[in-house]
Amino acid sequence: MDVLNGMFAHEFMRNALLASTGIALAAGLAGYFLVLRGQVFAADALSHVAFTGGVAALAFGVNELLGLIVATVLAAVILNSLAVSSRAGDVEIGVLFALILGLGVLFISIYVSGHSTSNSQGGVGVLFGSVFGISSGQARTAVLVSIGAVTCLLVIARPLLYASVDAAAAAAQGIRVGVLGGAFLVVVAVVASEAVQVTGALLILGLMATPAAVARNLTTRPYVGMALSAGIALVATWSGLTLSYVAPTLPPSFAMMAVLFGLYLLATGTVTIVRTSTRTRVKPSPVIGE
Amino acid sequence: MIDALNQLFSYQFMQNAFLAGTTAAVLAGIVGYFVVLRGEAFAGHTLAIVGFPGAAGAILFGLPQLLGLAVLCTASGLGIGVLGRGAVRDRRAESAAIGTIQAFLLALGFLFVSLYKGLLEGVNSILFGTFLGITREQALLLLVIAVVSLAALMVIGRPLLYVSVDEPAAAAAGVPVRALSIGFLVLLGLAIASTALITGALLVFALLVMPAAAANQLVVRPGPAMVVSVALALATVWTGLTISYFTDLPIGFLVTVIGFVIYVTARLVRRLGRA
Repeated sequence: MDVLNGMFAHEFMRNALLASTGIALAAGLAGYFLVLRGQVFAADALSHVAFTGGVAALAFGVNELLGLIVATVLAAVILNSLAVSSRAGDVEIGVLFALILGLGVLFISIYVSGHSTSNSQGGVGVLFGSVFGISSGQARTAVLVSIGAVTCLLVIARPLLYASVDAAAAAAQGIRVGVLGGAFLVVVAVVASEAVQVTGALLILGLMATPAAVARNLTTRPYVGMALSAGIALVATWSGLTLSYVAPTLPPSFAMMAVLFGLYLLATGTVTIVRTSTRTRVKPSPVIGE
Repeated sequence: MIDALNQLFSYQFMQNAFLAGTTAAVLAGIVGYFVVLRGEAFAGHTLAIVGFPGAAGAILFGLPQLLGLAVLCTASGLGIGVLGRGAVRDRRAESAAIGTIQAFLLALGFLFVSLYKGLLEGVNSILFGTFLGITREQALLLLVIAVVSLAALMVIGRPLLYVSVDEPAAAAAGVPVRALSIGFLVLLGLAIASTALITGALLVFALLVMPAAAANQLVVRPGPAMVVSVALALATVWTGLTISYFTDLPIGFLVTVIGFVIYVTARLVRRLGRA
């Protein structure tokens, strides 16, 4: 208890908790739809773009969040139109993302050479998060952006669910499936940009996909699943932050991923044991996308 | 010009870099051709990400980086091959699982890096490549790995090609499809470990996929296509190393940009050829 009291006494810790609360809720909720729609790898792609956007902003001294949001939203729009207009194979997508990452490497080197050696950890912060460095202003922005994202997701939740489960039927009912999907990806892009501060660009996927994977293992009801997914993301970020505070050798983003991975193993293990008797073997389906 | 090149090769670290780069390019060019043919680009991406905790862990425990890369990449190639794609119920669950594992492994790599004080700058070199730190031992170890892998690939090359092009027919003809697929994933792990030493774990596509995909656009027959793929991979590495030496631009950036230009050019050439 004393440890926890001590924890809340630090301003950096309060900022970290505040920012991660908002971001975790938004990421967990968005992640549920990502998994439902089979778009986990679109999120992976966006996180790669987030890395390049983040280091580009560092390199050119632009506001980091602004650089991130512009880059990821742009990528989301492009991704959406690619998915609608053509079926780009995994080689094409992979080649494009390798190029984007390569550009990020260039920006890191520009940033490092422009700032002597003392600041060379900036790139690492973009990759793996810098949640204990969040200022109170940044935390407030994170909360506001998250509230906006969660509101948007809740507003489009019903038609989006419909479109995700049965796109053809939804389109026949007059739902504009393409526009809806695009709007969703834009929300994901904004959430991903905010999440860079907490988990870093490379680990966003964990905060989005894992809670959803756990939730889908526990329930098939969509609204319960959404709430569970957001809740799990929240629990994981809080316990990750606490763990990292108690044991400072553990980086916060690692602690969050470790908690998430533990929950995932637990949920998958439990479900497997429960279902083993009834499960029939399904024919393996080919993997499209990563 | 000649003087500049002489100067380039007068440094031991540049000799090592060229030796390692050439070896990795040959291996990646050939293995990459099968990757593109079999549509396993993203298995490659996942294996490469596993390489990050492998390399970081090896450095933390004082082992050679290449060893950590090779052990983890081949082990997970074996894991993916044995567990198979049917292990998870459906594709959505599978992609969520891959995303989960990928994020955890990256986080694990980050933990190793932060436990090893002073390596924080090394994050960039493990993820995005370097050619400065390659020792003669590493270059020779790489050579051994490449020779062994290519010998193994020569043995399984023909049936593997058959399986990759027409799996049902190969299975009907009695070719051991599953064993070949697992064997290939192990070789892929070794090729990725070798490539990651130069390009970094996140940019293996530059040597593994881009040259092979370009070759696949230009040449139809497998044998010549592999030769073209190797040639393009070599061109990518050699140009990248040379430009990086003279300009200080990061090698990871250069190889991806060169690879991308080659790939786009190949696509354009093919389109023009058709018209």
